[in-house]
Amino acid sequence: MAIIKSEIRSGAYYDSAVLMQLQRSLAGLPGIQDAGVIMGTDSNKELLAHIDLVSPEVESSKPDDMVIVVRAETEQAALDAIGKVDELLSRRKSGIEQEFRPHSLETAVEMLPEASWVLVSVAGRYAAGVAREALRLGKHVFLFSDNVSVEDEIALKKQSTELGLLVMGPDCGTAMVSGIGLGFANKVRKGPIGVVAAAGTGLQHVTSRIHQLGGGITHGIGTGGRDLSEKVGAATFLQAIDLLSRDPDTKVITLVSKPPAPKVAEEVLKAARNAGKPVVVNFIARPITSQRIDNIYFAGSLDQAAELAVKLANEGAALEDQSDLHLERFAPGQKYLRGLFSGGTLAYEAQHILAGYLPRVYANAPINKELKMPNSFESIEHSIIDLGEDEFTVGRLHPMMDNELRIRRLLEEAQDPSVAVILLDVVIGYGSHPDPASELAPAIVKAKALAKEAGRYLEVAAVVTGTDEDPQNLNSQVEQLKAAGVWVSTSNEAVVRYVGRLLRALEGAAAAPYAGKPVDLGSLRKPLAGINVGLESFAENLAAQGAPVLHVDWRPPAGGNDRLMAILERMKK
Amino acid sequence: MVDIEKANAYAVEQMMEARPVVTGVGKALDVIPGMHENLLLHAGPPVTWERMAGPMKGAMVGALMFEGKAKGWDDAEALLKSGKVQFAPCHHYASAGPMAGVISPSMLCYVVENKTHGNKAFSNLNEGRGKVLRMGAYSQDVLDKLTWMNEVLGPTVGAALEAMGGLDIRTLLAKALHMGDDGHNRLDAASMLYTVALAPYIVKVAKDSATASEVIRFLGENALSILNPVMAACKTMADAGHNVEGSTIVTVMARNGTDFGIRVSGLGDRWFTGPAGIVKALYFPGFTEKDANPDIGDSTITETAGIGGFAMAGAPAIVTFISGTPKDAINTTLDMYEITYAEHKYFTIPALDFRGTPTGIDIRKVIEKNLPPRVNTGVAHKDPGIGQVGAGVVTPPMNIFEDALVAFAEKYGY
Repeated sequence: MAIIKSEIRSGAYYDSAVLMQLQRSLAGLPGIQDAGVIMGTDSNKELLAHIDLVSPEVESSKPDDMVIVVRAETEQAALDAIGKVDELLSRRKSGIEQEFRPHSLETAVEMLPEASWVLVSVAGRYAAGVAREALRLGKHVFLFSDNVSVEDEIALKKQSTELGLLVMGPDCGTAMVSGIGLGFANKVRKGPIGVVAAAGTGLQHVTSRIHQLGGGITHGIGTGGRDLSEKVGAATFLQAIDLLSRDPDTKVITLVSKPPAPKVAEEVLKAARNAGKPVVVNFIARPITSQRIDNIYFAGSLDQAAELAVKLANEGAALEDQSDLHLERFAPGQKYLRGLFSGGTLAYEAQHILAGYLPRVYANAPINKELKMPNSFESIEHSIIDLGEDEFTVGRLHPMMDNELRIRRLLEEAQDPSVAVILLDVVIGYGSHPDPASELAPAIVKAKALAKEAGRYLEVAAVVTGTDEDPQNLNSQVEQLKAAGVWVSTSNEAVVRYVGRLLRALEGAAAAPYAGKPVDLGSLRKPLAGINVGLESFAENLAAQGAPVLHVDWRPPAGGNDRLMAILERMKK
Repeated sequence: MVDIEKANAYAVEQMMEARPVVTGVGKALDVIPGMHENLLLHAGPPVTWERMAGPMKGAMVGALMFEGKAKGWDDAEALLKSGKVQFAPCHHYASAGPMAGVISPSMLCYVVENKTHGNKAFSNLNEGRGKVLRMGAYSQDVLDKLTWMNEVLGPTVGAALEAMGGLDIRTLLAKALHMGDDGHNRLDAASMLYTVALAPYIVKVAKDSATASEVIRFLGENALSILNPVMAACKTMADAGHNVEGSTIVTVMARNGTDFGIRVSGLGDRWFTGPAGIVKALYFPGFTEKDANPDIGDSTITETAGIGGFAMAGAPAIVTFISGTPKDAINTTLDMYEITYAEHKYFTIPALDFRGTPTGIDIRKVIEKNLPPRVNTGVAHKDPGIGQVGAGVVTPPMNIFEDALVAFAEKYGY
């Protein structure tokens, strides 16, 4: 037997929607079959009558009365329900209020204009579109999404370099900007090391190691794994190096990547050389030929890269400047090396060391067969000639005994306007020429004079191999050569590195500065604020780091319908 | 290639600059161009008798009984099925009717004139809440009320409007939006403003004080008194922006209880339709979702013109319909900015620092953001003769915007 209980509240006005809400809550209570909450108008009472929710009390209610009536299985259930009315009426839904979420980048930018970053982690097929929109709105892009085509990446990066904006990615897992981590990032203290990485966990590991070693970073810029491919051409890497080289807070730059395409590696290293700061390079799995070339320090592992960077940052590494090279002496167009060796091994080692400085060094006895001179008697670009090779010694004494051929070649090379440096070896000892410097020095003076007459400066560097107990006397040889204006050392490596530096500096002096529009440093140094499109956790992470962030309630355009998306795209043009 | 931006800017400007004034009341047959003795108008896009929703059938039966053409369901149905009595969308006749939206030739209608562009639109008189024709009820008491409205309410209100020289609906709505109305589901303030404005003239023109009292009381007690003139006003605004070559702005949203239909400014009078949705609603005592008819009515012309659900931020009291908080009302309006072309010049929202309401639904944005317009609405019982069972929120089916975009691309060569 169902029990009907009612309560009439005179003069209590509630919006009809509130009444319906209350009614729904009451009907949901245990033991309640049905409930009605109305104002006591005739039509409302009629409604209650239809569903058997009447009582004499209800019938006598007036339009100003709030009528609460329940039909319950037991009297207790009915009383309990009526007793809950006030509680239900006063229940507030505060605490579950949802902040407004914009549905588009455009609206998000209006709402958070100080945001200079857009984090994109939507499905790959939509990611380029969102990134393009972000660039259009003048924002840097952290592009976490993968499965973005390389064509899209090229187009995005072309656009971003023209605009002076960064596109980190696609498939960029991590980045750190002014102490705030984007994507997967560790809490790394701020400090003087700037990192550029084409490898997500590589960036995380190096920056974490830097932190563990007591160091810190300015920015950790991710580029996406394909950035150093030939197609993409290090667009973001070069942008980042330029950016960090201009950043006064960055004292040391660290570059981390899987092995880049060789041509691209050369571009990156060239930019690194012009950075004006120590640059630690770890191209994972790429063999190291030098520990250090000027401002570039090659690390063999991620850990070593971190250690080197911290050490350099702590020591305030004094950069060798180029003033000792006196580049001003050279004429424009002078850029090549001609190495005229009598010793095969010395020539060979010279090639090896120079590989760290120069993109291509040809030789008649090359380490790399692709770099064999087509004709040993005609130098091209950078050439290292071993005059002890067979083609030169037929019917003639070895150049360690007979200087004539070398002197002739020396004078020939000196007249080539593209030649800047001539590198010689002087090997003394039993069996060698009794006093090679006595013949070479006058020839060198003459060669330098020839160049000078033509408005050029010719640098001649020589390594002398021998001892002070040799018949020719090492010191005497060195002195004679020095007197002829030769840069002399008894260390082959020292001479070759000097020559390498010099040639590279000559090339660098001619190298164009960064070609894209420079990224505005201020946009990275100001407190980071971001707009997140995609994985919500990225927004939460930013918020947890205290950075203002707006999450876009993004949906695939046109629900992912390709035809409609194509129409929209055409309509935008 | 057309300049869509320019076309849309023009279309929306036309909509906003329209200044609808309700000038009087007249018999549908006399005032609605094209209306004839054997024609019933109804809400939404075209529909056949077979597919017609229960409440609309009920309203049509009631209307034919009101016209004296039928005695009950069967002979009314015979007339409608045979084609002796035709039916067509209100929107084909510059009209808009709430819920079933049935307008018959003898019914008195509001005449609303857009003083800026000169176009007119029409709507019937509002019956109040409860058991009413527009919800599909057609019992004798419903018909009796219609008769009283036609004989007493309509002529008195019409005379009062003429005496006062018409009432500017745009100005009245702008005020009501600052008083907690959304202009569609919540018109408490607007209806009061309307009654207050009319009362002095009703007193003058009514045949006696009892009639004046009765009419003023009816208008004052019905929080939806002004809904119909508002709909006609919105219709004049939307029509002012219709047929703009190259425009992607929606100029009609309407439902017939079976289908939801839209028209797009640059696509002429073609309808794009899809199934009308079930309203997510709170129900009156004794009713549940099982009783609900799908979405019905021309009242979405208000959202089309930039008010109603789009102006919800100004009507926080409405959110209890959807078990929400006032914040949800704000969010709804903010959402609608994402799919509209402009912010209204004259309709503003105090809670949003007097920002203009989101105006001019752009089908491109709806598709791009995958975000359909938001509609707040009443719910009719699915069976004829019962009436309203609740109120809540609903969205149009996405396919109508998709079809319209494809048609636009075909027409304009995208």
